[in-house]
Amino acid sequence: MEEILQLLQDDGRISIEDMAAMTKKTSEEVKAIMKKLENDGTIVKYAAIVNTDKLLNNENRVRAIIEVQVTPEREHGFDAIAERIYRFPEVKSLTLMSGGYDLQIIIEGKSLQEVAFFVARKVSAIEGVKSTKTHFVLKTYKENDIVLVDQKRDRREGVTA
Amino acid sequence: MNERKDKFSTKMLETPPSGIRKFFDLIIGRDDIISLGVGEPDFPTPWLMREEAYYHLEQGHTSYTSNWGLLELREEIAKYLQKYNLDYNPKKEILVTIGVSEAVDAVLRAILNPQDEIIICEPCYVSYQPLAELCDTKLIRFDTSNTNFYPTAEELEKVISPKTKAIMLCSPSNPTGKMIPKDELEKIAKLAQKHKIWVLSDEVYSELVYDENAHCSIASFPGMKDYAIVLNGFSKAFAMTGWRIGYVCCPPDLMEQVHKLHQYSTICAPIMSQYAAAEGLRSGASEVEKMRLSYQQRRNLMTSKLDEMDIPYIEPEGAFYIFVDIRKTGLSAEDFATKLINEYQVAVVPGSVFGKAGEGFVRCCYATEIKKLKIALERIKKMVQDLQRKNS
Repeated sequence: MEEILQLLQDDGRISIEDMAAMTKKTSEEVKAIMKKLENDGTIVKYAAIVNTDKLLNNENRVRAIIEVQVTPEREHGFDAIAERIYRFPEVKSLTLMSGGYDLQIIIEGKSLQEVAFFVARKVSAIEGVKSTKTHFVLKTYKENDIVLVDQKRDRREGVTA
Repeated sequence: MNERKDKFSTKMLETPPSGIRKFFDLIIGRDDIISLGVGEPDFPTPWLMREEAYYHLEQGHTSYTSNWGLLELREEIAKYLQKYNLDYNPKKEILVTIGVSEAVDAVLRAILNPQDEIIICEPCYVSYQPLAELCDTKLIRFDTSNTNFYPTAEELEKVISPKTKAIMLCSPSNPTGKMIPKDELEKIAKLAQKHKIWVLSDEVYSELVYDENAHCSIASFPGMKDYAIVLNGFSKAFAMTGWRIGYVCCPPDLMEQVHKLHQYSTICAPIMSQYAAAEGLRSGASEVEKMRLSYQQRRNLMTSKLDEMDIPYIEPEGAFYIFVDIRKTGLSAEDFATKLINEYQVAVVPGSVFGKAGEGFVRCCYATEIKKLKIALERIKKMVQDLQRKNS
């Protein structure tokens, strides 16, 4: 099962036949494993990983990491505030952290202003949020295990012993 | 131009160039060719090792090391070899060399006399025969193609004479990927002890074994430490071909001789490579396993596609080669490989360059991206079909 998951994580569009051949399983067995991984939520979805620097309209895309300090609620701890935050579609990622702050938001917007506005109007205004610190992303070098700034080239000599 | 007639060594003039050279020249500058002709991983060296070398360069650690190699590396090697039930003393039984290639050369020169015979199990890596011949030794080319491409003790005993000094083994094998089964290895070990023969065991592919196969070193059998010479290195499993780093393990009295050769010919292996290799042994196991699994998956893909195409092959158990049987096409291995490059844009290595026993086969290296492997296989299939159509 792990081997199938690893192959899919590496290439979400790999064919069932190839996976079957590579792991010495039948296509039916591979399909059953995928179904299981999909049904139990291990595989959330199959999506493209995009290098946003390559997008034509990337001038209109701003990414920021926001550190948020909150006061946890007696009943729900951090979960209720987290839910209020992650429901916004602008929020790409939300994690509870140890250390100097509590929640880390990764957010995307069209402009600095839009992101700043979102933080001021939406995040800061949530009850229990004590403070926010916004860091804008200048360049992404690596994401989801993939180095985005590299050019891969096979440097090996053609025929060797 | 020097016009002296005997300006070159006769011995060297008699040494043929590697059969691979011709194919190397054929594909120079050709971007349209997919090469399954390489003999190395398609991964760069894992970063943890590159970073280690980088650190030592930065610190200015650029000197010679002891002829033996860094003690910290030899100690790591000794620890690592315990996984194969080998117990070598890092201070007098392990020597770090410039790849397995130097180790083969040094050991052969340290043990062979002109009247000796050495048994070389073919098909095998291209350097064994010429290096042995440079010692004026008689080569006994032992054909393993009739015994499923590994030597058996029974057949070996038939070619052993009082002059036999050594046997050269490689398991998992380049070019076939076959392994010598453990029980056979044990019989060969007994044979070696009975006839007092050195066994040179090239184990450079020991980490790259697939499915339920487990590597077994001939040196691990009782009494074999006195007869076995273990040759291993970092090129294949650790993806470090360009770093040129390997090692030899043998009894201290032989090591004294090997050490002299190594000292006079190379002094020591490059220091950065030694630091990087030590780090690989300390913390690189998971990286090695990732690469091993990837080769295994590609091997499975190759065998499954070749089965579909009805093209026979020798089932590889390790390394990253598959020995494809092309006898049905009626072409010699060399003609097949030449035609395949010129007309179908795929480079493979004819089995005959690894010894006569490899005739009728071509070696395909599957350490290449899957997309290219599939295209290459389609092209091979097309050529086989075209030939069969012509023949019928």
